[in-house]
Amino acid sequence: MTWIWSNLDLLWDRTLDHLVLSVPPLLLSFLFAVPLGWVANRYRISRGVILTASGLLYAIPSLPLFFVIPAVVGTSLRSPLNLIIALTLYGVALMVRVVADGLASVDKDVRQSAVAVGYSGWSIFWQVELPLAAPVLLAGLRVVAVSTVSLATVGAVIGAQSLGSLFTDGFQRGIQAEIIAGIVLTVVLALLLDGALVLLGRILLPWTRLASTSRRALRAARVTEVSE
Amino acid sequence: MIEFRSVSKQFPDGTLAVDDFSLTLPSHQTTVLVGSSGSGKTTLLRMINRMVDPSSGTIEIDGADIAALEPVQLRRSIGYVMQNSGLLPHRTVIDNVATVPLLRGVPRRKARTEALSLLDTVGLDRSLAARYPNQLSGGQQQRVGVARGLAVNPNILLMDEPFGAVDPIVRAELQQELIRLQSELGKTVVFVTHDIEEAFLLGDQVVILRDGGRIAQVGSPSDILAKPADDFVASFVGADRGKRALHVERRGGSDILVDTDGRLAGVLVAPSAADATPDHRAPR
Ligand SMILES: Nc1ncnc2c1ncn2[C@@H]1O[C@H](COP(=O)(O)OP(=O)(O)OP(=O)(O)O)[C@@H](O)[C@H]1O
Ligand SMILES: [Mg+2]
Repeated sequence: MTWIWSNLDLLWDRTLDHLVLSVPPLLLSFLFAVPLGWVANRYRISRGVILTASGLLYAIPSLPLFFVIPAVVGTSLRSPLNLIIALTLYGVALMVRVVADGLASVDKDVRQSAVAVGYSGWSIFWQVELPLAAPVLLAGLRVVAVSTVSLATVGAVIGAQSLGSLFTDGFQRGIQAEIIAGIVLTVVLALLLDGALVLLGRILLPWTRLASTSRRALRAARVTEVSE
Repeated sequence: MIEFRSVSKQFPDGTLAVDDFSLTLPSHQTTVLVGSSGSGKTTLLRMINRMVDPSSGTIEIDGADIAALEPVQLRRSIGYVMQNSGLLPHRTVIDNVATVPLLRGVPRRKARTEALSLLDTVGLDRSLAARYPNQLSGGQQQRVGVARGLAVNPNILLMDEPFGAVDPIVRAELQQELIRLQSELGKTVVFVTHDIEEAFLLGDQVVILRDGGRIAQVGSPSDILAKPADDFVASFVGADRGKRALHVERRGGSDILVDTDGRLAGVLVAPSAADATPDHRAPR
C-alpha cells in the first residue's frame, strides 16, 4: 500500500498514457468501420469478402503484428503509433460486422417510407439508417472499448508506456502492489470508458430509453384514445 | 388528374406485377384500388411517386409525364401513408409530421407550428407532440401518418392499406375521419385496400383488380354493386353469396336484417331515426 501512496504520480501518468493509446483506436475504428460496414451491407459479394477479411484480421496474433506494422508503415519499432495502428485494426475487425449487422437491422418499412416521403440517398443514410442502427453500433463500440483497453496493456512488451508497464515493471522489481494496481486500474478504466459510452447513448439516442416504459405509455394512450 | 397509359411493370426477377394497366383517376376524388394479395396494388401506387418505375407505358399527372420529373422532388410533393404508419421511430411525433417540410427547407419553427395544427386536423391531442411513435397506440400512429402525409399540403395523397393493422373499431373511426377530412380538403386520393367494404365506403371510383393489375371492373360503388361485370367481381363483392341481399326478420320486438347465410346484418329503423345517424357520404 505504501508503494501506491508514494507513486500516485506514476499511476496517474500511466493511466493517461493508457487513455492516449486506447481512445484514438476506438474513434478511428468506428470511423473506418462505418464506410466498410456500409459497403459490406450494400452488396452481397462485398459482404462476404469484407466480413471474411475482417474476421481473419482479428485472428492475427498481436506480437507479430507489432513487427509487421513498422515494416509496412515505416514507423520506428518502438513507436506507440504501432500500437495505435494495431488496436485500430482489431477494432475495425470487430466493428465492421457490427456496422453491417446494424444497418441490416433497420426496418425495411421505415426505410421504404423514408424513400416515399422524399429522403434522398445520402440523407436516408445519415438521418434514418445510421441513427436507427445506432443502438447496435453502441453495443459494438462498448465491446471494442473494453477489448481495446485490455489489449493496450500488451504495449508494454514493445515499450509503449501504459498500465501494462506497471505489470512488467512490478514483475521485474518484485513489487506486488504495482502489479495489482496495474490490473485494478485497467479494469477501472475499461469500466469508465464503457460507462461513458452508455451515457453518450442515453444523451444521443433518447428514443431507445423508452423500450421499458413504452408499454405503459401505450396502455395510457389507448385509454385516452377511447375516452376521446 | 392522374393518368395511367398502358403501364406494365416487370420486376428484375421476372414477376409481371402489372400488365398493361390504363386508368384515369379524377382530381379531388378518391379512387380505391382493391384486389387480393399480390394483385399489384402497391406496385401501381408506388409508380405514381416513382418509387417504382414502369417497364413500359406512361403515367401523367395533370398532363405532365412523371418520367421527366425528378423522383425525390416528386415524392416531396405527394403525400404517402402506409400500413404500420412508417413513422421514423427516432423522431418525435411533431418532428415526424414536420419531416417533409423540413426536407423542403421550411424553417424549423414554422414547420413545427404547422405540424401542431395538423395534429388538430387529424384529431390528435397536441400533448402527444413530444412523444416517440412507439409511445402511441396503433390508431394514433396512423393518425400521425396521415398528418405527415398532409404536411406539404399535397394535391395527391397515396394511401397503402393505411388502416390495415388496427382493430375494427379504430379502423371505422379512422375511415370516418378520412371521409370528413376529404370532404374538407378535396385531395386526389389513391387508396389501396383488400377490404371491399372499405373500398365501397371511401371510394368515389372503385377499381377491382385481378392478378397482374388487370382491371376486372371500374365504377362507382353503386354501379359495381348493382351490375357486377362478371363472376369474379360478383364473388369479390360478395353479391353472389347473397351477403348483400338482405331480408327482414322480426326478432325480439325489432326488425332485424339478415343475409342469406343467416348472419345478422343490422337493425331496420324508422326513416326519422335513420336521418339522425350521421350521413357518411356527405356531399364533397
Ligand atoms: N421488388 C419486387 N421484386 C420482385 N417482385 C415484386 C417486387 N415487389 C412486388 N413484387 C411482386 O409483384 C406482385 C405484386 O406485388 P404488390 O406488392 O404490388 O401486390 P399488392 O397487391 O400490393 O399485394 P398486398 O395486398 O399483399 O400488399 C407480387 O407477385 C409480388 O411478389
Ligand atoms: Mg401491397
